[in-house]
Amino acid sequence: MQQREFTVILVTLFVIIYFGIANSAFYSTANIITVAQYIASIAVIGFGEVLILVLGEIDLSAGAVYLSSPWFMYFFWTSGMPIGWAIVAAVACCAAIGMINGLITVWLNVSSLIVTLAVNYALFGIVLIGSNDIQVNMPGQTGHFSTIFGVGAWSTILWAAAMMLAIWALLKRTRFGLHITATGGNLLAAAESGIRVRRVKVWCFIIISSSSALIGILDAIRIGSINPGSSGLDTVLPGIVAAVVGGTALTGGRGTIVGAALGAIFLGVLEDGFNLIGVNANWFYLAEGVMILVAMVANIQLGTVARRFRR
Amino acid sequence: MTGAESPLEEASPTRDATLAASDVVLEAVGLTKRFGAVVALRGIDMHLQRGEVLGLVGDNGAGKSTLVKILCGFHPPDTGKICVEGKEVSFRSVADARHFGIETVYQDLALVPQLTVAQNLFLNRELTRFGKVGWLSAGKMRRLAKSYLEDIKVEIPDIDAEAESLSGGQRQAIAVARATRQNAKILLLDEPLAAMGARESALIVDLVKGLSRDRGVSMIVIDHNYTHLFELCDRLNVIQRGRIAFDQQVKDTSVEELTKFMVSEYRRELAEGQQLLDQ
Repeated sequence: MQQREFTVILVTLFVIIYFGIANSAFYSTANIITVAQYIASIAVIGFGEVLILVLGEIDLSAGAVYLSSPWFMYFFWTSGMPIGWAIVAAVACCAAIGMINGLITVWLNVSSLIVTLAVNYALFGIVLIGSNDIQVNMPGQTGHFSTIFGVGAWSTILWAAAMMLAIWALLKRTRFGLHITATGGNLLAAAESGIRVRRVKVWCFIIISSSSALIGILDAIRIGSINPGSSGLDTVLPGIVAAVVGGTALTGGRGTIVGAALGAIFLGVLEDGFNLIGVNANWFYLAEGVMILVAMVANIQLGTVARRFRR
Repeated sequence: MTGAESPLEEASPTRDATLAASDVVLEAVGLTKRFGAVVALRGIDMHLQRGEVLGLVGDNGAGKSTLVKILCGFHPPDTGKICVEGKEVSFRSVADARHFGIETVYQDLALVPQLTVAQNLFLNRELTRFGKVGWLSAGKMRRLAKSYLEDIKVEIPDIDAEAESLSGGQRQAIAVARATRQNAKILLLDEPLAAMGARESALIVDLVKGLSRDRGVSMIVIDHNYTHLFELCDRLNVIQRGRIAFDQQVKDTSVEELTKFMVSEYRRELAEGQQLLDQ
Protein backbone atom coordinates (compact mmCIF):
# COMPACT_ATOMS: atom_id res chain seq x y z
CA MET A 1 0.00 0.00 0.00
CA GLN A 2 2.70 2.46 0.99
CA GLN A 3 4.85 1.58 -1.98
CA ARG A 4 1.90 2.35 -4.26
CA GLU A 5 1.68 5.82 -2.78
CA PHE A 6 5.44 6.12 -3.16
CA THR A 7 5.34 5.58 -6.91
CA VAL A 8 2.67 8.30 -7.32
CA ILE A 9 4.91 10.66 -5.36
CA LEU A 10 7.74 9.88 -7.77
CA VAL A 11 5.62 10.46 -10.87
CA THR A 12 4.13 13.68 -9.45
CA LEU A 13 7.57 15.00 -8.42
CA PHE A 14 8.77 14.27 -11.93
CA VAL A 15 6.04 16.41 -13.56
CA ILE A 16 6.50 19.18 -10.97
CA ILE A 17 10.24 19.35 -11.68
CA TYR A 18 9.66 19.16 -15.43
CA PHE A 19 7.16 22.05 -15.51
CA GLY A 20 9.29 24.07 -13.07
CA ILE A 21 12.24 23.84 -15.44
CA ALA A 22 10.07 24.52 -18.49
CA ASN A 23 8.57 27.70 -16.98
CA SER A 24 9.78 29.43 -13.81
CA ALA A 25 6.33 31.02 -13.31
CA PHE A 26 5.23 27.54 -12.26
CA TYR A 27 6.60 28.14 -8.75
CA SER A 28 5.00 31.61 -8.31
CA THR A 29 2.53 31.98 -5.44
CA ALA A 30 -0.22 32.99 -7.86
CA ASN A 31 0.25 29.81 -9.85
CA ILE A 32 0.42 27.59 -6.77
CA ILE A 33 -2.90 29.09 -5.62
CA THR A 34 -4.40 28.39 -9.05
CA VAL A 35 -3.28 24.76 -8.88
CA ALA A 36 -4.50 24.41 -5.29
CA GLN A 37 -7.95 25.73 -6.19
CA TYR A 38 -8.13 23.41 -9.17
CA ILE A 39 -7.04 20.40 -7.10
CA ALA A 40 -9.49 20.85 -4.20
CA SER A 41 -12.61 19.57 -5.94
CA ILE A 42 -10.82 16.71 -7.72
CA ALA A 43 -9.32 15.61 -4.42
CA VAL A 44 -12.55 15.76 -2.41
CA ILE A 45 -14.50 13.84 -5.06
CA GLY A 46 -11.53 11.45 -5.19
CA PHE A 47 -11.66 10.81 -1.40
CA GLY A 48 -15.33 9.90 -1.65
CA GLU A 49 -14.63 7.66 -4.63
CA VAL A 50 -11.93 5.83 -2.63
CA LEU A 51 -14.57 4.76 -0.09
CA ILE A 52 -16.94 3.74 -2.89
CA LEU A 53 -14.25 1.91 -4.87
CA VAL A 54 -13.07 0.05 -1.75
CA LEU A 55 -16.65 -1.24 -1.50
CA GLY A 56 -16.35 -2.48 -5.08
CA GLU A 57 -18.89 0.08 -6.29
CA ILE A 58 -18.57 3.31 -8.28
CA ASP A 59 -20.34 6.67 -8.10
CA LEU A 60 -20.69 8.60 -11.38
CA SER A 61 -23.13 11.11 -9.90
CA ALA A 62 -20.65 12.88 -7.58
CA GLY A 63 -19.81 15.43 -10.29
CA ALA A 64 -23.46 16.25 -10.90
CA VAL A 65 -23.96 16.52 -7.12
CA TYR A 66 -20.97 18.88 -6.97
CA LEU A 67 -22.53 21.01 -9.73
CA SER A 68 -26.13 20.97 -8.51
CA SER A 69 -25.52 21.59 -4.77
CA PRO A 70 -24.85 25.37 -5.30
CA TRP A 71 -28.11 25.52 -7.26
CA PHE A 72 -29.97 23.93 -4.35
CA MET A 73 -28.32 26.46 -2.04
CA TYR A 74 -29.26 29.28 -4.41
CA PHE A 75 -32.90 28.15 -4.55
CA PHE A 76 -33.08 27.97 -0.74
CA TRP A 77 -31.44 31.39 -0.44
CA THR A 78 -33.77 33.08 -2.96
CA SER A 79 -36.75 31.60 -1.09
CA GLY A 80 -35.61 33.59 1.97
CA MET A 81 -33.37 31.23 3.94
CA PRO A 82 -30.25 32.73 5.62
CA ILE A 83 -27.14 31.78 3.66
CA GLY A 84 -25.66 29.50 6.35
CA TRP A 85 -28.86 27.48 6.59
CA ALA A 86 -29.15 27.42 2.82
CA ILE A 87 -25.75 25.68 2.69
CA VAL A 88 -26.81 23.17 5.36
CA ALA A 89 -30.10 22.47 3.56
CA ALA A 90 -28.37 22.03 0.20
CA VAL A 91 -25.84 19.58 1.66
CA ALA A 92 -28.72 17.69 3.32
CA CYS A 93 -30.52 17.45 -0.04
CA CYS A 94 -27.38 16.00 -1.59
CA ALA A 95 -26.97 13.57 1.31
CA ALA A 96 -30.48 12.38 0.48
CA ILE A 97 -29.48 11.93 -3.16
CA GLY A 98 -26.54 9.81 -1.98
CA MET A 99 -28.92 7.77 0.13
CA ILE A 100 -31.14 7.19 -2.91
CA ASN A 101 -28.07 6.04 -4.89
CA GLY A 102 -27.19 3.62 -2.11
CA LEU A 103 -30.68 2.31 -1.44
CA ILE A 104 -31.40 1.58 -5.10
CA THR A 105 -28.03 -0.14 -5.41
CA VAL A 106 -28.38 -2.42 -2.37
CA TRP A 107 -32.14 -3.06 -2.26
CA LEU A 108 -33.09 -3.20 -5.92
CA ASN A 109 -29.80 -4.82 -6.93
CA VAL A 110 -29.06 -2.40 -9.76
CA SER A 111 -25.36 -1.87 -10.50
CA SER A 112 -24.16 1.35 -8.91
CA LEU A 113 -22.58 2.33 -12.23
CA ILE A 114 -26.03 2.52 -13.83
CA VAL A 115 -27.86 3.97 -10.81
CA THR A 116 -25.40 6.82 -10.40
CA LEU A 117 -25.20 7.46 -14.16
CA ALA A 118 -28.99 7.82 -14.22
CA VAL A 119 -28.90 10.12 -11.18
CA ASN A 120 -26.14 12.12 -12.89
CA TYR A 121 -28.44 12.84 -15.86
CA ALA A 122 -31.49 13.42 -13.66
CA LEU A 123 -29.61 16.04 -11.62
CA PHE A 124 -28.43 17.73 -14.81
CA GLY A 125 -32.07 17.91 -15.90
CA ILE A 126 -33.24 19.25 -12.53
CA VAL A 127 -30.66 22.05 -12.70
CA LEU A 128 -31.65 22.95 -16.29
CA ILE A 129 -35.35 23.01 -15.38
CA GLY A 130 -34.88 24.91 -12.11
CA SER A 131 -32.58 27.52 -13.62
CA ASN A 132 -34.40 27.95 -16.94
CA ASP A 133 -30.92 27.49 -18.39
CA ILE A 134 -29.85 30.91 -17.12
CA GLN A 135 -26.51 31.54 -15.33
CA VAL A 136 -26.78 33.21 -11.90
CA ASN A 137 -24.46 34.95 -9.42
CA MET A 138 -23.76 33.26 -6.10
CA PRO A 139 -24.60 34.97 -2.78
CA GLY A 140 -22.05 35.18 0.05
CA GLN A 141 -19.33 37.11 -1.75
CA THR A 142 -18.34 39.51 1.07
CA GLY A 143 -16.99 39.56 4.63
CA HIS A 144 -15.34 36.94 6.84
CA PHE A 145 -17.98 34.46 5.78
CA SER A 146 -16.81 34.49 2.17
CA THR A 147 -13.13 34.27 3.18
CA ILE A 148 -13.79 31.06 5.07
CA PHE A 149 -16.33 29.63 2.63
CA GLY A 150 -14.50 29.63 -0.65
CA VAL A 151 -13.36 33.14 -1.50
CA GLY A 152 -10.14 33.13 0.55
CA ALA A 153 -7.23 32.06 -1.65
CA TRP A 154 -6.47 28.96 0.44
CA SER A 155 -10.02 28.31 1.58
CA THR A 156 -11.04 25.41 -0.66
CA ILE A 157 -7.72 23.56 -0.42
CA LEU A 158 -7.81 23.84 3.40
CA TRP A 159 -11.35 22.48 3.43
CA ALA A 160 -10.14 19.68 1.17
CA ALA A 161 -7.24 18.97 3.55
CA ALA A 162 -9.63 18.82 6.50
CA MET A 163 -11.88 16.42 4.62
CA MET A 164 -8.85 14.31 3.72
CA LEU A 165 -7.95 13.95 7.39
CA ALA A 166 -11.52 13.14 8.36
CA ILE A 167 -12.08 10.54 5.61
CA TRP A 168 -8.62 9.01 6.11
CA ALA A 169 -9.33 8.60 9.84
CA LEU A 170 -12.75 7.17 9.04
CA LEU A 171 -11.33 4.57 6.66
CA LYS A 172 -8.16 3.59 8.51
CA ARG A 173 -8.87 4.21 12.17
CA THR A 174 -12.51 3.41 12.84
CA ARG A 175 -14.63 0.31 13.03
CA PHE A 176 -16.82 1.64 10.21
CA GLY A 177 -13.79 2.02 7.93
CA LEU A 178 -12.67 -1.53 8.67
CA HIS A 179 -16.15 -2.71 7.75
CA ILE A 180 -15.91 -0.82 4.44
CA THR A 181 -12.74 -2.76 3.62
CA ALA A 182 -14.29 -6.03 4.78
CA THR A 183 -17.45 -5.45 2.73
CA GLY A 184 -15.46 -4.68 -0.41
CA GLY A 185 -12.79 -7.33 0.21
CA ASN A 186 -15.06 -10.30 0.89
CA LEU A 187 -18.76 -9.52 0.91
CA LEU A 188 -19.79 -13.01 2.05
CA ALA A 189 -17.32 -13.13 4.92
CA ALA A 190 -18.32 -9.66 6.04
CA ALA A 191 -22.02 -10.51 5.97
CA GLU A 192 -21.31 -13.88 7.68
CA SER A 193 -19.54 -12.10 10.53
CA GLY A 194 -22.67 -10.01 11.08
CA ILE A 195 -21.54 -6.75 9.46
CA ARG A 196 -24.56 -4.99 7.99
CA VAL A 197 -23.02 -4.68 4.56
CA ARG A 198 -25.98 -2.90 2.95
CA ARG A 199 -25.99 -0.23 5.63
CA VAL A 200 -22.23 0.26 5.19
CA LYS A 201 -22.70 0.78 1.45
CA VAL A 202 -25.58 3.25 1.82
CA TRP A 203 -23.56 5.32 4.31
CA CYS A 204 -20.63 5.54 1.90
CA PHE A 205 -22.90 6.87 -0.85
CA ILE A 206 -24.21 9.45 1.65
CA ILE A 207 -20.64 10.47 2.56
CA ILE A 208 -19.45 10.96 -1.04
CA SER A 209 -22.57 12.99 -1.94
CA SER A 210 -22.31 15.22 1.15
CA SER A 211 -18.60 15.95 0.75
CA SER A 212 -18.94 16.59 -3.01
CA ALA A 213 -21.89 18.91 -2.28
CA LEU A 214 -19.91 20.91 0.26
CA ILE A 215 -16.87 21.41 -1.95
CA GLY A 216 -19.24 22.24 -4.86
CA ILE A 217 -20.83 25.06 -2.87
CA LEU A 218 -17.43 26.40 -1.77
CA ASP A 219 -16.12 26.36 -5.35
CA ALA A 220 -19.28 28.12 -6.60
CA ILE A 221 -18.91 30.87 -3.96
CA ARG A 222 -15.23 31.21 -4.93
CA ILE A 223 -16.00 31.51 -8.65
CA GLY A 224 -18.99 33.78 -7.96
CA SER A 225 -21.43 32.43 -10.51
CA ILE A 226 -22.93 29.11 -11.54
CA ASN A 227 -23.57 27.84 -15.03
CA PRO A 228 -26.35 25.26 -15.54
CA GLY A 229 -24.68 23.71 -18.59
CA SER A 230 -21.61 22.11 -16.92
CA SER A 231 -21.15 18.36 -17.38
CA GLY A 232 -21.23 16.14 -14.30
CA LEU A 233 -19.22 13.35 -15.92
CA ASP A 234 -16.40 15.78 -16.85
CA THR A 235 -16.29 16.68 -13.17
CA VAL A 236 -16.47 13.23 -11.58
CA LEU A 237 -14.06 11.37 -13.85
CA PRO A 238 -10.93 13.32 -12.76
CA GLY A 239 -11.86 12.39 -9.18
CA ILE A 240 -12.05 8.69 -10.09
CA VAL A 241 -8.78 8.97 -12.04
CA ALA A 242 -7.11 10.61 -9.02
CA ALA A 243 -8.25 7.73 -6.78
CA VAL A 244 -7.11 5.01 -9.20
CA VAL A 245 -3.79 6.64 -10.19
CA GLY A 246 -3.21 7.06 -6.45
CA GLY A 247 -3.37 3.31 -5.95
CA THR A 248 -7.00 2.44 -5.22
CA ALA A 249 -8.13 -0.79 -6.87
CA LEU A 250 -11.19 -0.78 -9.12
CA THR A 251 -11.92 -4.32 -7.90
CA GLY A 252 -12.60 -3.38 -4.28
CA GLY A 253 -10.94 -4.05 -0.94
CA ARG A 254 -8.03 -1.68 -1.36
CA GLY A 255 -7.89 2.07 -1.23
CA THR A 256 -5.69 4.92 -0.11
CA ILE A 257 -6.91 8.41 0.73
CA VAL A 258 -3.39 9.84 0.66
CA GLY A 259 -2.95 8.27 -2.77
CA ALA A 260 -6.10 10.02 -4.01
CA ALA A 261 -4.70 13.35 -2.78
CA LEU A 262 -1.46 12.68 -4.64
CA GLY A 263 -3.41 11.65 -7.74
CA ALA A 264 -5.35 14.92 -7.59
CA ILE A 265 -2.09 16.88 -7.26
CA PHE A 266 -0.75 14.98 -10.28
CA LEU A 267 -3.80 15.86 -12.39
CA GLY A 268 -3.79 19.47 -11.20
CA VAL A 269 -0.12 19.98 -11.95
CA LEU A 270 -0.57 18.36 -15.36
CA GLU A 271 -3.49 20.61 -16.35
CA ASP A 272 -1.80 23.75 -15.03
CA GLY A 273 1.61 22.86 -16.43
CA PHE A 274 0.32 22.25 -19.94
CA ASN A 275 -1.49 25.59 -19.81
CA LEU A 276 1.60 27.34 -18.53
CA ILE A 277 4.04 26.02 -21.13
CA GLY A 278 1.41 26.86 -23.74
CA VAL A 279 0.59 23.48 -25.20
CA ASN A 280 -1.65 23.97 -28.22
CA ALA A 281 -5.28 23.48 -27.13
CA ASN A 282 -5.73 20.81 -29.77
CA TRP A 283 -2.87 18.81 -28.30
CA PHE A 284 -3.90 19.31 -24.69
CA TYR A 285 -6.25 16.33 -24.23
CA LEU A 286 -3.99 13.95 -26.14
CA ALA A 287 -1.08 14.92 -23.90
CA GLU A 288 -3.21 14.61 -20.75
CA GLY A 289 -4.48 11.19 -21.78
CA VAL A 290 -1.01 9.89 -22.54
CA MET A 291 0.34 11.20 -19.23
CA ILE A 292 -2.44 9.51 -17.23
CA LEU A 293 -1.62 6.22 -18.94
CA VAL A 294 2.10 6.69 -18.30
CA ALA A 295 1.44 7.42 -14.61
CA MET A 296 -0.77 4.36 -14.23
CA VAL A 297 1.65 2.01 -16.01
CA ALA A 298 4.59 3.37 -14.00
CA ASN A 299 2.57 2.89 -10.85
CA ILE A 300 1.84 -0.78 -11.56
CA GLN A 301 5.26 -1.64 -12.95
CA LEU A 302 7.24 0.09 -10.17
CA GLY A 303 4.93 -1.56 -7.64
CA THR A 304 5.72 -5.00 -9.08
CA VAL A 305 9.44 -4.30 -9.02
CA ALA A 306 9.28 -3.03 -5.43
CA ARG A 307 7.39 -6.16 -4.31
CA ARG A 308 9.92 -8.44 -5.97
CA PHE A 309 12.69 -6.48 -4.31
CA ARG A 310 11.20 -6.98 -0.87
CA ARG A 311 10.89 -10.76 -1.23
CA MET B 1 -22.69 -58.76 4.30
CA THR B 2 -23.58 -59.64 7.88
CA GLY B 3 -20.29 -58.26 9.13
CA ALA B 4 -21.02 -54.95 7.52
CA GLU B 5 -24.47 -54.72 9.01
CA SER B 6 -23.49 -55.05 12.63
CA PRO B 7 -22.44 -51.39 13.03
CA LEU B 8 -25.92 -50.46 11.85
CA GLU B 9 -27.41 -51.88 15.04
CA GLU B 10 -24.91 -50.04 17.16
CA ALA B 11 -26.16 -46.70 15.88
CA SER B 12 -29.53 -47.12 17.63
CA PRO B 13 -30.73 -44.40 20.02
CA THR B 14 -30.46 -46.70 23.04
CA ARG B 15 -26.72 -46.40 22.84
CA ASP B 16 -26.97 -42.61 23.02
CA ALA B 17 -29.17 -42.82 26.07
CA THR B 18 -26.51 -44.69 28.01
CA LEU B 19 -24.06 -41.80 27.76
CA ALA B 20 -23.82 -39.36 30.62
CA ALA B 21 -26.05 -36.46 29.59
CA SER B 22 -23.65 -33.72 30.70
CA ASP B 23 -20.93 -34.94 28.37
CA VAL B 24 -23.11 -34.70 25.29
CA VAL B 25 -22.87 -31.18 23.86
CA LEU B 26 -24.95 -31.79 20.78
CA GLU B 27 -27.62 -34.37 20.18
CA ALA B 28 -29.92 -34.90 17.23
CA VAL B 29 -32.93 -37.19 17.52
CA GLY B 30 -35.00 -38.37 14.56
CA LEU B 31 -34.10 -35.54 12.20
CA THR B 32 -35.91 -35.73 8.88
CA LYS B 33 -35.83 -33.38 5.94
CA ARG B 34 -37.29 -33.54 2.46
CA PHE B 35 -36.97 -31.22 -0.48
CA GLY B 36 -40.08 -31.73 -2.60
CA ALA B 37 -40.04 -35.37 -3.69
CA VAL B 38 -36.47 -35.95 -2.50
CA VAL B 39 -36.09 -37.31 1.02
CA ALA B 40 -32.68 -36.11 2.20
CA LEU B 41 -32.80 -37.27 5.84
CA ARG B 42 -34.91 -40.21 7.07
CA GLY B 43 -34.33 -39.99 10.79
CA ILE B 44 -30.85 -39.02 11.94
CA ASP B 45 -29.87 -39.94 15.48
CA MET B 46 -26.47 -38.70 16.44
CA HIS B 47 -24.57 -37.18 19.32
CA LEU B 48 -21.36 -35.28 19.89
CA GLN B 49 -19.44 -35.36 23.16
CA ARG B 50 -17.54 -32.50 24.74
CA GLY B 51 -14.08 -32.23 23.20
CA GLU B 52 -14.83 -34.93 20.68
CA VAL B 53 -13.85 -34.79 17.03
CA LEU B 54 -16.49 -36.62 15.01
CA GLY B 55 -15.90 -37.49 11.37
CA LEU B 56 -18.85 -37.55 9.01
CA VAL B 57 -18.52 -39.76 5.94
CA GLY B 58 -20.98 -40.30 3.15
CA ASP B 59 -21.33 -40.40 -0.60
CA ASN B 60 -22.67 -37.44 -2.49
CA GLY B 61 -26.42 -37.23 -1.96
CA ALA B 62 -26.33 -39.34 1.21
CA GLY B 63 -27.58 -36.39 3.26
CA LYS B 64 -24.29 -35.24 4.73
CA SER B 65 -24.48 -31.63 3.67
CA THR B 66 -28.20 -31.41 4.51
CA LEU B 67 -27.40 -32.60 8.03
CA VAL B 68 -24.64 -30.03 8.41
CA LYS B 69 -26.89 -27.27 7.09
CA ILE B 70 -29.52 -28.20 9.68
CA LEU B 71 -26.96 -28.28 12.51
CA CYS B 72 -25.59 -24.84 11.60
CA GLY B 73 -29.05 -23.30 11.40
CA PHE B 74 -29.25 -22.83 7.63
CA HIS B 75 -32.21 -25.24 7.13
CA PRO B 76 -34.84 -26.10 9.74
CA PRO B 77 -35.54 -29.86 10.02
CA ASP B 78 -39.03 -31.17 9.08
CA THR B 79 -39.26 -33.31 12.21
CA GLY B 80 -36.98 -34.34 15.04
CA LYS B 81 -35.18 -32.34 17.66
CA ILE B 82 -31.76 -30.87 18.35
CA CYS B 83 -30.40 -30.51 21.88
CA VAL B 84 -27.43 -28.38 22.86
CA GLU B 85 -26.00 -29.34 26.25
CA GLY B 86 -29.17 -31.22 27.09
CA LYS B 87 -31.59 -28.43 26.24
CA GLU B 88 -33.81 -28.61 23.21
CA VAL B 89 -33.19 -25.76 20.78
CA SER B 90 -34.60 -24.59 17.46
CA PHE B 91 -32.51 -22.51 15.09
CA ARG B 92 -34.20 -19.96 12.89
CA SER B 93 -30.94 -18.78 11.35
CA VAL B 94 -27.20 -19.31 11.22
CA ALA B 95 -26.87 -16.45 13.71
CA ASP B 96 -29.21 -18.34 16.05
CA ALA B 97 -27.03 -21.45 15.93
CA ARG B 98 -23.95 -19.31 16.50
CA HIS B 99 -25.62 -17.88 19.58
CA PHE B 100 -25.63 -21.44 20.97
CA GLY B 101 -21.92 -21.80 20.16
CA ILE B 102 -22.23 -23.70 16.88
CA GLU B 103 -20.14 -22.29 14.08
CA THR B 104 -19.24 -23.43 10.57
CA VAL B 105 -15.72 -22.68 9.37
CA TYR B 106 -15.12 -22.15 5.68
CA GLN B 107 -11.54 -21.89 4.61
CA ASP B 108 -11.81 -19.24 1.93
CA LEU B 109 -15.13 -17.67 2.74
CA ALA B 110 -14.20 -16.74 6.27
CA LEU B 111 -11.40 -14.24 5.90
CA VAL B 112 -11.09 -10.84 4.23
CA PRO B 113 -7.90 -11.11 2.14
CA GLN B 114 -7.03 -7.42 2.46
CA LEU B 115 -7.26 -7.32 6.25
CA THR B 116 -4.47 -8.36 8.61
CA VAL B 117 -4.46 -11.47 10.77
CA ALA B 118 -5.40 -9.42 13.84
CA GLN B 119 -8.16 -7.54 12.00
CA ASN B 120 -9.60 -10.81 10.72
CA LEU B 121 -9.53 -12.37 14.19
CA PHE B 122 -11.58 -9.48 15.55
CA LEU B 123 -13.82 -8.96 12.49
CA ASN B 124 -17.08 -7.35 13.65
CA ARG B 125 -16.00 -7.92 17.28
CA GLU B 126 -13.53 -5.03 17.22
CA LEU B 127 -12.42 -3.35 20.42
CA THR B 128 -13.01 0.39 20.27
CA ARG B 129 -12.46 3.57 22.25
CA PHE B 130 -14.38 6.84 22.62
CA GLY B 131 -17.80 5.20 22.72
CA LYS B 132 -19.94 5.51 19.64
CA VAL B 133 -17.20 6.96 17.44
CA GLY B 134 -15.85 3.46 16.97
CA TRP B 135 -12.18 4.44 17.11
CA LEU B 136 -10.24 1.16 16.86
CA SER B 137 -8.01 0.01 19.70
CA ALA B 138 -5.61 -1.43 17.16
CA GLY B 139 -2.68 -2.01 19.52
CA LYS B 140 -4.79 -3.85 22.06
CA MET B 141 -6.31 -6.07 19.38
CA ARG B 142 -2.86 -6.91 18.01
CA ARG B 143 -1.62 -7.87 21.48
CA LEU B 144 -4.68 -9.99 22.25
CA ALA B 145 -4.57 -11.64 18.82
CA LYS B 146 -0.92 -12.48 19.30
CA SER B 147 -1.35 -13.96 22.75
CA TYR B 148 -4.43 -15.92 21.69
CA LEU B 149 -2.62 -17.45 18.73
CA GLU B 150 0.27 -18.32 21.04
CA ASP B 151 -2.17 -19.93 23.48
CA ILE B 152 -3.60 -22.23 20.85
CA LYS B 153 -0.11 -22.73 19.35
CA VAL B 154 -0.79 -21.29 15.91
CA GLU B 155 2.44 -19.86 14.58
CA ILE B 156 1.90 -16.88 12.30
CA PRO B 157 5.17 -15.04 11.65
CA ASP B 158 3.54 -11.62 11.32
CA ILE B 159 0.29 -10.59 13.00
CA ASP B 160 0.14 -7.60 10.63
CA ALA B 161 0.39 -9.73 7.49
CA GLU B 162 -2.61 -9.51 5.20
CA ALA B 163 -4.62 -12.74 5.02
CA GLU B 164 -3.96 -12.79 1.28
CA SER B 165 -0.25 -13.40 1.89
CA LEU B 166 -0.85 -16.47 4.10
CA SER B 167 -0.85 -20.10 2.99
CA GLY B 168 -4.09 -22.06 2.78
CA GLY B 169 -3.28 -23.86 6.02
CA GLN B 170 -2.56 -20.65 7.87
CA ARG B 171 -5.82 -19.14 6.61
CA GLN B 172 -7.71 -22.22 7.76
CA ALA B 173 -6.01 -21.96 11.15
CA ILE B 174 -6.96 -18.29 11.48
CA ALA B 175 -10.56 -19.08 10.53
CA VAL B 176 -10.71 -21.81 13.21
CA ALA B 177 -8.98 -19.56 15.73
CA ARG B 178 -11.48 -16.78 15.13
CA ALA B 179 -14.45 -19.07 15.63
CA THR B 180 -13.10 -20.44 18.91
CA ARG B 181 -11.95 -17.05 20.17
CA GLN B 182 -15.53 -15.90 19.75
CA ASN B 183 -16.66 -18.71 22.06
CA ALA B 184 -17.71 -21.31 19.55
CA LYS B 185 -18.12 -24.61 21.42
CA ILE B 186 -18.99 -26.74 18.41
CA LEU B 187 -17.22 -26.30 15.09
CA LEU B 188 -18.40 -27.72 11.79
CA LEU B 189 -15.40 -28.13 9.50
CA ASP B 190 -15.86 -28.85 5.80
CA GLU B 191 -12.82 -30.65 4.33
CA PRO B 192 -10.34 -28.82 6.57
CA LEU B 193 -7.35 -30.59 5.02
CA ALA B 194 -8.36 -30.27 1.37
CA ALA B 195 -5.56 -29.26 -0.99
CA MET B 196 -2.91 -29.03 1.72
CA GLY B 197 0.66 -30.27 1.86
CA ALA B 198 2.00 -32.38 4.73
CA ARG B 199 3.26 -29.41 6.77
CA GLU B 200 0.02 -27.52 6.31
CA SER B 201 -2.02 -30.57 7.31
CA ALA B 202 0.09 -31.04 10.41
CA LEU B 203 -0.65 -27.45 11.44
CA ILE B 204 -4.41 -28.03 11.24
CA VAL B 205 -4.29 -31.52 12.81
CA ASP B 206 -2.34 -30.14 15.78
CA LEU B 207 -4.72 -27.20 16.10
CA VAL B 208 -7.85 -29.37 16.00
CA LYS B 209 -6.42 -31.90 18.48
CA GLY B 210 -5.18 -29.13 20.77
CA LEU B 211 -8.51 -27.28 20.80
CA SER B 212 -10.48 -30.44 21.56
CA ARG B 213 -8.05 -31.63 24.25
CA ASP B 214 -7.18 -28.35 26.02
CA ARG B 215 -10.32 -26.30 25.51
CA GLY B 216 -13.04 -28.92 25.18
CA VAL B 217 -14.09 -27.68 21.75
CA SER B 218 -16.16 -30.29 19.92
CA MET B 219 -15.95 -30.67 16.18
CA ILE B 220 -17.73 -32.33 13.31
CA VAL B 221 -15.43 -32.89 10.36
CA ILE B 222 -16.76 -33.65 6.90
CA ASP B 223 -14.23 -35.22 4.57
CA HIS B 224 -14.02 -37.71 1.70
CA ASN B 225 -10.46 -38.62 2.51
CA TYR B 226 -10.30 -41.52 5.01
CA THR B 227 -6.65 -40.87 5.85
CA HIS B 228 -7.50 -37.32 6.88
CA LEU B 229 -10.44 -38.54 8.95
CA PHE B 230 -8.42 -41.19 10.79
CA GLU B 231 -5.76 -38.59 11.51
CA LEU B 232 -8.19 -36.00 12.87
CA CYS B 233 -11.13 -37.79 14.46
CA ASP B 234 -12.00 -39.68 17.63
CA ARG B 235 -15.12 -41.26 16.18
CA LEU B 236 -16.62 -41.82 12.74
CA ASN B 237 -20.20 -41.77 11.54
CA VAL B 238 -21.21 -42.93 8.09
CA ILE B 239 -24.37 -41.43 6.72
CA GLN B 240 -26.20 -43.48 4.11
CA ARG B 241 -29.56 -42.84 2.51
CA GLY B 242 -30.46 -40.29 5.15
CA ARG B 243 -29.52 -42.40 8.18
CA ILE B 244 -26.45 -42.96 10.34
CA ALA B 245 -25.35 -46.42 9.20
CA PHE B 246 -22.00 -46.77 10.97
CA ASP B 247 -20.79 -45.47 14.31
CA GLN B 248 -17.34 -46.51 15.55
CA GLN B 249 -14.52 -45.12 17.64
CA VAL B 250 -11.50 -44.55 15.41
CA LYS B 251 -9.37 -46.73 17.72
CA ASP B 252 -11.81 -49.63 17.24
CA THR B 253 -11.89 -49.52 13.46
CA SER B 254 -9.60 -49.09 10.50
CA VAL B 255 -9.46 -47.62 7.03
CA GLU B 256 -9.94 -51.18 5.72
CA GLU B 257 -13.10 -51.78 7.72
CA LEU B 258 -14.57 -48.44 6.69
CA THR B 259 -13.71 -49.04 3.05
CA LYS B 260 -15.24 -52.54 3.21
CA PHE B 261 -18.40 -51.12 4.75
CA MET B 262 -18.76 -48.42 2.10
CA VAL B 263 -18.09 -50.83 -0.77
CA SER B 264 -20.51 -53.50 0.50
CA GLU B 265 -23.23 -50.88 0.80
CA TYR B 266 -22.50 -49.78 -2.74
CA ARG B 267 -22.74 -53.42 -3.95
CA ARG B 268 -26.02 -53.93 -2.12
CA GLU B 269 -27.53 -50.86 -3.75
CA LEU B 270 -26.32 -52.10 -7.09
CA ALA B 271 -27.94 -55.51 -6.49
CA GLU B 272 -31.22 -53.91 -5.41
CA GLY B 273 -31.21 -51.78 -8.51
CA GLN B 274 -30.60 -54.89 -10.64
CA GLN B 275 -33.54 -56.64 -8.90
CA LEU B 276 -35.82 -53.71 -9.67
CA LEU B 277 -34.74 -53.81 -13.30
CA ASP B 278 -35.35 -57.56 -13.47
CA GLN B 279 -38.91 -57.27 -12.20
